[in-house]
Amino acid sequence: MTALVLLEFDATGIKQPSRSAVAAAVALGDVHALVAGVDLAAAAAAAAKLPGVSKVLVAEAAGLDHQMAEQTSALLVSLAPAYTHLLAATTAVGKNIMPRVAALLDVQPISDIAAVVDADTFVRPIYAGNGMATVKSSDAKKVITVRAASFDPVAAEGGSAAVESISAGDLPSISRFVSAELSKSERPELTAARIVISGGRGMQNGDNFKLLDPIADKLGAAVGASRAAVDAGFVPNEFQVGQTGKIVAPELYIAVGISGAIQHLAGMKDSKVIVAINKDEEAPIFQVADYGLVADLFTALPELAAELERS
Amino acid sequence: MKILVPVKRVVDYNVKVRVKTDGTGIETAGVKMSMNPFDEIAVEEAVRLKEKGIATEIVAISMGVAQCAETIRTALAMGADRGILVETDVELQPLAVAKLLKAIVEQEQPGLVILGKQAIDDDMSATGQMLAALLGWSQGTFASKLEIADDTLTVTREVDGGLETVALTLPSIVTTDLRLNEPRYASLPNIMKARKKPIDNKKPADYGVDPTPRLTTIKVEEPAKRKAGQKVGSIAELVSKLKTEAKVI
Repeated sequence: MTALVLLEFDATGIKQPSRSAVAAAVALGDVHALVAGVDLAAAAAAAAKLPGVSKVLVAEAAGLDHQMAEQTSALLVSLAPAYTHLLAATTAVGKNIMPRVAALLDVQPISDIAAVVDADTFVRPIYAGNGMATVKSSDAKKVITVRAASFDPVAAEGGSAAVESISAGDLPSISRFVSAELSKSERPELTAARIVISGGRGMQNGDNFKLLDPIADKLGAAVGASRAAVDAGFVPNEFQVGQTGKIVAPELYIAVGISGAIQHLAGMKDSKVIVAINKDEEAPIFQVADYGLVADLFTALPELAAELERS
Repeated sequence: MKILVPVKRVVDYNVKVRVKTDGTGIETAGVKMSMNPFDEIAVEEAVRLKEKGIATEIVAISMGVAQCAETIRTALAMGADRGILVETDVELQPLAVAKLLKAIVEQEQPGLVILGKQAIDDDMSATGQMLAALLGWSQGTFASKLEIADDTLTVTREVDGGLETVALTLPSIVTTDLRLNEPRYASLPNIMKARKKPIDNKKPADYGVDPTPRLTTIKVEEPAKRKAGQKVGSIAELVSKLKTEAKVI
């Protein structure tokens, strides 16, 4: 059995969720990795260093830039005959591409797996993680997205895979990348951060999210938000942690002014340590928090910033 | 242009779902069912395109048990013109749904299909992309903004680091993210009017599609439960415990 993992990368290397997808693939057998796009020398070199990867396929073509679904899925389908499993991380990129691949192969995709039972059987969350379903696929090939928070990523270094350039083949021209407007932040990415501090409806407005900044800076944390805060327009959607946003599992998750709706818990309940700060002592978030502080966040946050500064 | 909007009947998002004690699935007996929230956004977007004079007709489609007709009625009350119900008691997974939708698209010849980005029951986030693949169409997933000019659809997409804009050749598939719009509530007169709008009753066999699931659910378990921890009295106590007890800062 050989698995192929579609990798995402940036200037700093292979992204952490993709390294988690490699970790899931290692449980299935031999692992090849695919980098696709333009100017791939650095990405290919980084991919070759991932422990567990035996071969890196490099597909360089202008049409593959920006990991557009129509083109990248065509490439993956052309490579599929050599593989039993095709995997990517459950990210905006993976979710966009992999179901398209699955349909072209006449396969039912297995989305967002949280565990590998055997080559055909996987565990995946349903109903916002309120159930963990063990599902067995009868398809000859498995097309899978991997919940990054459930698999410790393989290290960025240590491997020495062979690197092979491949042809991109014929790519469709029905879609075109126009532009990206990515938030510029010095902070770590939400899904890769060791510490996350999130605000909810209790923050009252977008300006008040600035109260989280000194704490995030001091802790090296990423800033997140509940869906309620996104819906209210306090912060952009890429901050959203929850069933319909990002799934995180940092070492420390600090929930501020978040009541703890089921769909938010779905995105953070696998965090190692959870802290909740909320003025409503009945808030459901306290039922999952390791440390709960019943306090008004507008006094607690400046105090927390000062306390961290002091120590 | 004609727009198709598939709508799924799911357990209402306010219901606290429970795993069945025999581990075969989620308890749905006697539970309130509603239209999948992302599908409401899809219907709303289609209705807005019709109000702008871009869409000419909106067809709402639902698949599953007979009660899915109620979900179609909700879409009709929001402004869809007619419905198609594909009735079956077989569990429908995204591959089968995409195949059925492909057959309907071939009959109806829409310029655009708008779907929710994911259903809040199986959380697969797959059907829209799969339909696009089967049709060989472009796809604009997780959309927060649509603009249509001539035969090009410009979609702003919610991606992990922010927003991405893509230009797609029509016909196309769009899946909706949260911020695309805020769905309207159907007014009472519109609910009354919706009762008179036609719904076609079909079966998977009418489209020559075998809906047999490819994934078998072996069991469904409760997720590992977190225990509530301790309450702390002050920020100073919190920081001290995070340092010395939890050792995370």
